[in-house]
Amino acid sequence: MHARRALTTAPLTLSLAVCLAATAACSVGGGTTEQATGPDGATKTVVVATHDSWAMSKKVLRQFTAETGYTVKVEPNGDAGQLTNKLVLTQGSPIADMAYGIDNTFASRAVDEGVLADYSPADLPASASSYALPDTVEAQQLTPVDYGDVCVNVDDTWFAKHGVTPPKTLDDLTNPAYKGLFVTPGASSSSPGLAFLLATVAKYGDAWPTYWKKLMANDTLITSGWSDAYEVDFTAGGGGGDRPIVLSYASSPPFTIPKGASRPTTSALLDTCFRQVEYAGLLKGAKNPKGAQAFIDFMEQKSFQEALPDNMYVFPVDQDAALPTDWAKFAKVAPKPFTVPPADIAKNRDTWLREWSDVTTR
Amino acid sequence: MRPRTLVALAALPLVALGLFVVLPVAGMVGRGFAPDGDLDVAGVLEVLGRPRVHRVLWFTVWSAGLATIGTVLAGLPVAFVLYRLRFRGRELLRAFVLMPFVMPTVVVGVAFRTLLVPSGPLGALQLDGTPTAIIAAMVFFNLAVVVRTVGSLWAGLDRRREEAAAALGASPLQVLRTVTLPALTPGIVSAASVVFLFCATSFGVVLTLGGLRYATVETEIYLLTTQLLDLQAAAALSLLQIVVVAALLYAAQRTRASREQPLDRAAERDATRRPRRRDLVVVAVTGLVLALVAAPLLTLVLRSLRVGSTWGLGHYRDLFTTGEGGALLVPVTTALANSWRVAVDATLLAMLLGVLVAVVVSRRPKARAERRALSVLDSVFMLPLGVSAVTIGFGFLVTLDRPPLDLRSSPVLVPIAQAMVALPLVVRTLVPVLRSVEPRQRQAAASLGASPVRVALTVDLPVVWRPLLAATGFAFAVSLGEFGATSFLSRPDRPTLPVVIYQLVSRPGETNFGMALAASVVLGLVTVAVMAAVERLRLGSVGAF
Amino acid sequence: MLTVRDLTVRFDGRDRPPAVDDVSLDLPAGEVLAVLGPSGCGKSTLLRAVAGLESLDAGSVAYDGQDLAAVPTHRRGFALMFQDGQLFPHQSVAGNVGYPLRLRRRPRAEVARRVEELLELVGLPGLGERSTTHLSGGERQRVALARALAVSPRLLLLDEPLSALDRGLRERLALDLRDILVAAGTTALLVTHDQEEAFAVADRMALMRAGRLVQAGTIDEVWRTPADAEAARFLGYATVLEGDAAQRVLRAGGATQGTEGPVAVRRSALRQSRDGRLHGRVTAARITPETVRLTVDVDGIGELPAVADLPGTGRPAVSVGEDVTLVVDLTRTARLGRSGQVGGST
Repeated sequence: MHARRALTTAPLTLSLAVCLAATAACSVGGGTTEQATGPDGATKTVVVATHDSWAMSKKVLRQFTAETGYTVKVEPNGDAGQLTNKLVLTQGSPIADMAYGIDNTFASRAVDEGVLADYSPADLPASASSYALPDTVEAQQLTPVDYGDVCVNVDDTWFAKHGVTPPKTLDDLTNPAYKGLFVTPGASSSSPGLAFLLATVAKYGDAWPTYWKKLMANDTLITSGWSDAYEVDFTAGGGGGDRPIVLSYASSPPFTIPKGASRPTTSALLDTCFRQVEYAGLLKGAKNPKGAQAFIDFMEQKSFQEALPDNMYVFPVDQDAALPTDWAKFAKVAPKPFTVPPADIAKNRDTWLREWSDVTTR
Repeated sequence: MRPRTLVALAALPLVALGLFVVLPVAGMVGRGFAPDGDLDVAGVLEVLGRPRVHRVLWFTVWSAGLATIGTVLAGLPVAFVLYRLRFRGRELLRAFVLMPFVMPTVVVGVAFRTLLVPSGPLGALQLDGTPTAIIAAMVFFNLAVVVRTVGSLWAGLDRRREEAAAALGASPLQVLRTVTLPALTPGIVSAASVVFLFCATSFGVVLTLGGLRYATVETEIYLLTTQLLDLQAAAALSLLQIVVVAALLYAAQRTRASREQPLDRAAERDATRRPRRRDLVVVAVTGLVLALVAAPLLTLVLRSLRVGSTWGLGHYRDLFTTGEGGALLVPVTTALANSWRVAVDATLLAMLLGVLVAVVVSRRPKARAERRALSVLDSVFMLPLGVSAVTIGFGFLVTLDRPPLDLRSSPVLVPIAQAMVALPLVVRTLVPVLRSVEPRQRQAAASLGASPVRVALTVDLPVVWRPLLAATGFAFAVSLGEFGATSFLSRPDRPTLPVVIYQLVSRPGETNFGMALAASVVLGLVTVAVMAAVERLRLGSVGAF
Repeated sequence: MLTVRDLTVRFDGRDRPPAVDDVSLDLPAGEVLAVLGPSGCGKSTLLRAVAGLESLDAGSVAYDGQDLAAVPTHRRGFALMFQDGQLFPHQSVAGNVGYPLRLRRRPRAEVARRVEELLELVGLPGLGERSTTHLSGGERQRVALARALAVSPRLLLLDEPLSALDRGLRERLALDLRDILVAAGTTALLVTHDQEEAFAVADRMALMRAGRLVQAGTIDEVWRTPADAEAARFLGYATVLEGDAAQRVLRAGGATQGTEGPVAVRRSALRQSRDGRLHGRVTAARITPETVRLTVDVDGIGELPAVADLPGTGRPAVSVGEDVTLVVDLTRTARLGRSGQVGGST
């Protein structure tokens, strides 16, 4: 009899304990979803839809709140592509007040689908105009904030050790001397991968598939994501890989300065770069358009622009903004990056990606 | 139980399923079918006719099929050793087996590739970028499903039936084939269908290890939705996925139904025994399987301890920070706390819904129509596993966007979504056991004056008790490791650990990468600790049996 | 011939008493040995050790002189039948009975014929296609028996084969079992806690207690001379008397010498009769189909169980409070510990 009692009460006691513990720990439901509102009843929160790479120091954001009275709430939404597509899917009932992180490869789609409202800050830095979208309608809706160059990187230490001259240009990558040394993330699954594909489109025009065939013939490795290529296959990535040439960013070399040393062990090939420009824009149907406009204005100011390199590894569009010391020395900007007009990208992206998949898939 | 009661019990899970799976999927598929507000079926059919779609479908089916077979073959010996033999450290090993299940695919992908690249320790096998590597990784992730589902059934199987066969002259292999496997079939089919669904819908693994050369229906939906915004094609593939999954579930259901029967359960007997010499082969196989599971994990641990060119715990100390260059909004430790809280909520929800579903589905009504209805119901609750996380994630955005269901930015979506993913596992763990309860025992209890609740407590609970704990642990682990749906839904200020790990991996900087590895190790250890605690609790209660 | 020597099986550490402790026994071919003992005495473990299902910590099991230490269960040529049959639920009755034959790859026609034969033997002709889940308890055991006999095992091991059945069925099946075993000439080792099952089925009997063999011999030997009071009670003796009480009862039965030492008494040894020599008063009486069961407070001894004839025409029932005299039937008493004890086991 005793055993039977124990048999039924032990589970019961435990379930009870679990329930109690759970209720005590269960706090997800409640919390900070309420919106801060000002004395006039207007909302004081600006919701910003961004990509997952968003990072900004609290100090800078506090400064924004001090200056304008608005607080920023960030909503990361995957990469630039996912961000754009989510905005498209949710138009009419937008998930945020403004978007940041739509880049020149997706700008046209966002504009064409009509998710954005016209807004451009009154006082843009002088240098910003050179990053503006060529199309005037597009330029009215998307304000350039920063840019980054996607470039081929090489492991200088490896080349020095093996007595080989590192490559310099896109053509070099098809040279048999560099057979089996190059790794790049794929264009269909990675945004730098797509940027590299666009660089080859810009360089070779309609003949780009021929170039890619040569690349593949030279035993180029394609990974799904940037981290996979850099951290596993690249010789200088810490994963002990065996490929000393990798597709990465112009801003990557400063991260390879060994502890105690003053120079990076890798460098970016500045003749192989595609420029990604990131934009901010006001969303149609925003609940707090005033706040969103204030934040877009703020993004163009020195304090935000100067904080960009350290937080998001990108270059500010304001050329007068001061760069961190390492950047100034080792993170070079491509003098003449490859570009493809955003409208062309929007029009041809599917075709190019499909062709690219056919060429790279054996 | 009366039909009306059954319907009432099933109502809550059905509403949850409808709101959080069917509605979002219907929303996305609807957009694909009617891109401009007009129905365009021809466009969808055109997509299904593309040769690429056929290729993708074929690869999905055969890779997932092989992976499922591989997982079952690798899982059975492990289930035997961990659930039928008695030895020190058994609980720890059981918990360890679950570790891969919760590891973030991104990180495991990296660990696998570190092993398999030509310069890696297993480079000589030349598996990098091959389907074999993808399948191996799928086996790695899903081993726990087979081991735990089959194991908990096996543990309750009366050893004497096998002994009777052996005494009648059946060799160990013959006993396995003619007695043990038939008795385990419901569990194996259950586990295999879950594994197949996991494999067929996994995309992190395929993307990382396939190097884009191999596309599955899931990766294709991902690319079509997130990159190309070709909703029509995505809808076509989502629908195709659902049809394939439904067909599979139907077949599995048929197999299970024909095999399940009340078991002679060794409730008062300990079915485990000490290992003997003739167990050597199966123990050796288990050791090999566990070693193969350990290899990528070990790689991970080693790389997480590698700070620059020296060894140390630096990356683990960094977990209290927001990463190099403020890569994160919150420190990793905060994300861990979030994960824990979300997992508790999700587990509670999954168990509540899962038990309701299992109770309803495990009845054996006399009427044929009712039996049909139940078996359909049974399969319906497996759907969340077979539907693309991308479709559901985007579906949430387009359907749950206005009152009264404006949940898009609500933090409750994360535990709900995770609970929907864990639900099928809970149901599949409980149903075979509940079905195996002799109905006459329930009738006997009822005739003695026990209310239905009392019957459940005194007849079902003692039998279901172990699988119930196993399912709870499983749900918890699923929730801790869930990334697909969570990544679409998690709040930026309250990320879960896998989300944070993903963010760290996609940032430059050796420190961030090291932190991602360290965080993965922590995630795995937390899981092992939780599972080991569950096992302990269970043993404690067995003492009272 | 089965030979068990010094067999010891331990489950827990060295400091705990073994489940089977230094047991030796012999079972000649063609005989049926029942190991009788209370639950937990180690008899099932002994059976499992003989089957090769438990590893031995000491001692040996041999058959026809061949040591079985290195022979796995399935090569021993035995068959094992459990209390609850352990039929395979995924196979039909015929599937179960034919199982050992199919293992040996007998031709299909032969299997079918033999299955029919066996079902006939166990009294279930024509039930081959039934599902095992729809059988009654007795039918299950018959099927299990048919399955065990299918390939004429050289030793049949029976673990409480009838204990799960109700009384009437058990008695019937016990006799059937005996007939079937004799007809097939089967050597069988039966373990049970039910002495009637042992009496009905076995030729020889061994008593087991706390892992040890207490007594062994033919049914008759063990029955006539239980090793001790506990053994006697287990064999169905109603009570054990010692000293003066024992002597008085024996003398009342007409014994003249050797009346010292304890004596075990069956209920039916004391019968109410007008010319009885023991006097007492009835304190309880209860009619059963065979007899009237009494409890009689015998002068100077205390309460003893006894029987009386059923009331018949002109013969009134014995009632509580009545003074009665009892005759003693010495053939229904047993002197303890005279022979048949297992050497070295105490």
